[in-house]
Amino acid sequence: MLIRNLCNIALGTTVLALTGCKGGVLDPKGQIGIDEKNLIIIATVLMLIVVIPVIVMTLYFAWKYRDGQDQQIYAPKWAHSGKIEAAVWAIPIVIVIVLGVITWQSTQQLDPYKPLEGKGKHLTVEVVSLNWKWLFIYPEQGIATVNELVFPANVPVEYKITSESTMNSFFIPQLGSQIYSMAGMETKLHLIANEPGTFKGFSANYSGAGFTGMKFNAIAMPTQADFDSWVSKVKSESNTLSKADYDALAQPSENNPVTYFGDVEEGLFHTIVMKYMQAHGDMNKMHKAMPEHSGHANHTMHSEGEK
Amino acid sequence: MSLLGKLTLDAIPFHEPILMVTMAVVVIAAALIAALVTKYKKWGVLWHDWITSIDHKRLGVMYIILALIMLFRGFSDAIMMRAQLALATGGATGYLPPEHYDQIFTAHGVIMIIFMAMPFMIGLMNIVLPLQIGARDVAFPFLNNLSFWLTAGGAILINISLFCGEFAKTGWVAYPPLSEMSFSPGVGVDYYIWALQISGIGTLLTAVNFLVTVFKMRAPGMRLMQMPIFTWTCTWANILIAASFPILTAVLTMLTLDRYLDFHFFTNEAGGNAMMYINLFWAWGHPEVYILILPAFGIFSEVISTFTGKRLFGYKSMVYASGAISILGFIVWLHHFFTMGSSANVNAFFGVMTMVIAVPTGVKLFNWLFTIYRGRLRITVPVLWTLGFMVTFTIGGMTGVLLAIPGADYVLHNSLFLIAHFHNTIIGGAVFGYLAGFAFWFPKAMGFKLHEGWGKASFWCWLIGFFVAFMPLYVLGFLGMTRRLNHTNNPDWNIWLYIAFVGAVIIMFGILFQVVQLIVSFKNREALKDTTGDPWNGHTLEWSTSSPPQYYNFATIPHVHDIDTWTDMKEKGQAYQQKSSYAPIHMPKNTAAGVMMSACFTTFCFAMIWHIWWLAIVGVIAGITVFFKRCYTSDVDYYVQPEEILEIESAHNASATTFNQGKEFSA
Repeated sequence: MLIRNLCNIALGTTVLALTGCKGGVLDPKGQIGIDEKNLIIIATVLMLIVVIPVIVMTLYFAWKYRDGQDQQIYAPKWAHSGKIEAAVWAIPIVIVIVLGVITWQSTQQLDPYKPLEGKGKHLTVEVVSLNWKWLFIYPEQGIATVNELVFPANVPVEYKITSESTMNSFFIPQLGSQIYSMAGMETKLHLIANEPGTFKGFSANYSGAGFTGMKFNAIAMPTQADFDSWVSKVKSESNTLSKADYDALAQPSENNPVTYFGDVEEGLFHTIVMKYMQAHGDMNKMHKAMPEHSGHANHTMHSEGEK
Repeated sequence: MSLLGKLTLDAIPFHEPILMVTMAVVVIAAALIAALVTKYKKWGVLWHDWITSIDHKRLGVMYIILALIMLFRGFSDAIMMRAQLALATGGATGYLPPEHYDQIFTAHGVIMIIFMAMPFMIGLMNIVLPLQIGARDVAFPFLNNLSFWLTAGGAILINISLFCGEFAKTGWVAYPPLSEMSFSPGVGVDYYIWALQISGIGTLLTAVNFLVTVFKMRAPGMRLMQMPIFTWTCTWANILIAASFPILTAVLTMLTLDRYLDFHFFTNEAGGNAMMYINLFWAWGHPEVYILILPAFGIFSEVISTFTGKRLFGYKSMVYASGAISILGFIVWLHHFFTMGSSANVNAFFGVMTMVIAVPTGVKLFNWLFTIYRGRLRITVPVLWTLGFMVTFTIGGMTGVLLAIPGADYVLHNSLFLIAHFHNTIIGGAVFGYLAGFAFWFPKAMGFKLHEGWGKASFWCWLIGFFVAFMPLYVLGFLGMTRRLNHTNNPDWNIWLYIAFVGAVIIMFGILFQVVQLIVSFKNREALKDTTGDPWNGHTLEWSTSSPPQYYNFATIPHVHDIDTWTDMKEKGQAYQQKSSYAPIHMPKNTAAGVMMSACFTTFCFAMIWHIWWLAIVGVIAGITVFFKRCYTSDVDYYVQPEEILEIESAHNASATTFNQGKEFSA
């Protein structure tokens, strides 16, 4: 039957995607991603225990009880059966209880804020989404990059994430979880690469015209030494990132090339996160935004909008 | 400040050939329709019998016409997007720049949810619900007319945005800070806000109206637990509307204050918080998907029960399951943003609550299966839609539960897997349901059946097209493709993008065949005529009336003893009983106040969008004036005289009994 064939095709393509395809969330190269892939497979198999019988029963019942089969038992008034009703409530409840336990445990285990324990020293990277590019600041190394993220394989990386303007989502599918970047707020994510390689990263939350171009390569270096030599290479760049340079960089631009900054103003990330807070913000901007000054002529255009 | 606010000739997109051609087509089509109406002298009919009508059946028909028009608009957006993504691979930029493309995906979402699915659902509810409970109209007929015109006003605004200014480029959720003045200074977001506001108020009024109708106007003897299942699921949906739409109204009002008066609810600066918008938006948005799906569940129940010739299995389970879905629907909203950085406990709670919804939904599926069990299923078009739904929706439900697991959502969130999932449930659930209801109740509303052959052709195109279009999106989600990309550069994705485009073309044929079906059926309306009012051997009261029903629905209000009242009456030989005399029937009069109020408030919205303050003031004052004038009008009702009722009823009973006797002789 056509419907059944279609289901087979659908199932077939899903299985194909599960096993064959490279570069997606089902081809993970980091521990978090591997755990998440296994979670997806376990949950899917559990649900198929109900889903396949329902689909088969639908087609079978529709065929078996089709009109014109006069020899069939016909029970027009039969509309209740305690046993069947108990079963149809119980089966989904049992599956959901099992899934619920898995969900509770996996959510604790895969909490993006939870540091990856037992894997040695962390590397910290501060991530800022700008319109429309990614800025990566390495506070311990004092360097920064645009649209390229480099870290050693097998070293846990702690990402501190914020946004200059609109909301984005920081996502490297082959390593695992994504987290939103939001202005004036800091979110956190912990990821690790189990092997060296270059993985695609991008924004997974639409943020305006240049959103499609918010891509970067996440490069896991084979060893710490490789990473260190990359750091020294960036350090040798004459480009630096002061607050003023940052403000220039924050101007909207699309499809930015990879850029290295050999030196970064200390505490820049903190300044970016705190810029909307009254006590730490740019006083000139805050004056405009304060309620008692809101009635001025240019009232519909916020200071941040004058770009 | 100019007299026309921000509105200048630059607002008209002369440089966009696609838009100018569309505009020309719309103008020509409108002129053609106007010419035809004039030629056949139908302006009077249009005004007196339709535009000013307070008859719930006619309003229902108008809602569905609106939904179908908006389906064409929304689908045009869809196929343009699929074409763009099929063309813009391997570094090509395609034919739609982000400026245009971003408006299209925003419009597609808003139109399909708010102006296609909602009017379709409300249209079916309008036609069927009062008939099912044995009422002569809704509780507030004038309000019903006003609700329709407010919805239509919103639809008109969204279509004006095509040719005058722009639409929002924010995605249909319009998340701030992107939707704030800083990042979206154009009128697009304002069109979005006001179109949603005006239609949202219409929807809210509808819900209140139908809740009162159901609680106060059921036929004597009909207990709540004897209401037909479609009425029950609509009632749950109306409770959801009444509870959730005010949240949308409030959150859009806050965004309006941010944009117009420099408030800071959701801005980055001055203590605003975009997360609050996202929470509130989904506190409406998640119940909204159950508002769409619950009435569809009711339709499937009616269809399966009618065409197997059986009572619905587990009626009480179905009612309680719908109630459970409605209540749980309010405590799962956070699953739309597990990736915001909430604590593990919060995410886990909302994940588990979401899964719990799978329980009542699963119960429903099993109950439909056991309704078919030991029945005699007639494979008609509505049944095909139902079977197609049961297969498709099960898959959509499974992927939904998968997305409800935070650990899985962290890698699938916002990917094309999510897009595939919600199209799987909204097309495979809600739209299939409405199309089943459309085929099922069409003879009731219009007096003739739809052509089966074209209906089946349309169904197979929709079903196959759906799988071809959306299964690739599941794969693309796994391959790491995120939503709302304008172009792609990944060779592994191309094949799936091409297949998805082919699927969209197949769905297009499904829609085309539906149009053909309407034309063919209309031409053969004499042959397809429903003379009995009960073409499917139905169970519930709507089938006891003539097709289309008399404007007063029931000459005498039936007394209800059973869930399947009409079956009960047929079995007891109480159907088609001719009375010798009738009591006068109290009926409401048509009114132009609804359409006039809506015209005023739509003008107000348009003026607000373009900052034409004087016109906004004129619009709102005019609208309130019409309202008060209506309030102080006492000439709003009349009595249908017994002689007229007797004449109409004799004619119907004669034709119905002749037909039924003919059937008995031949059998």
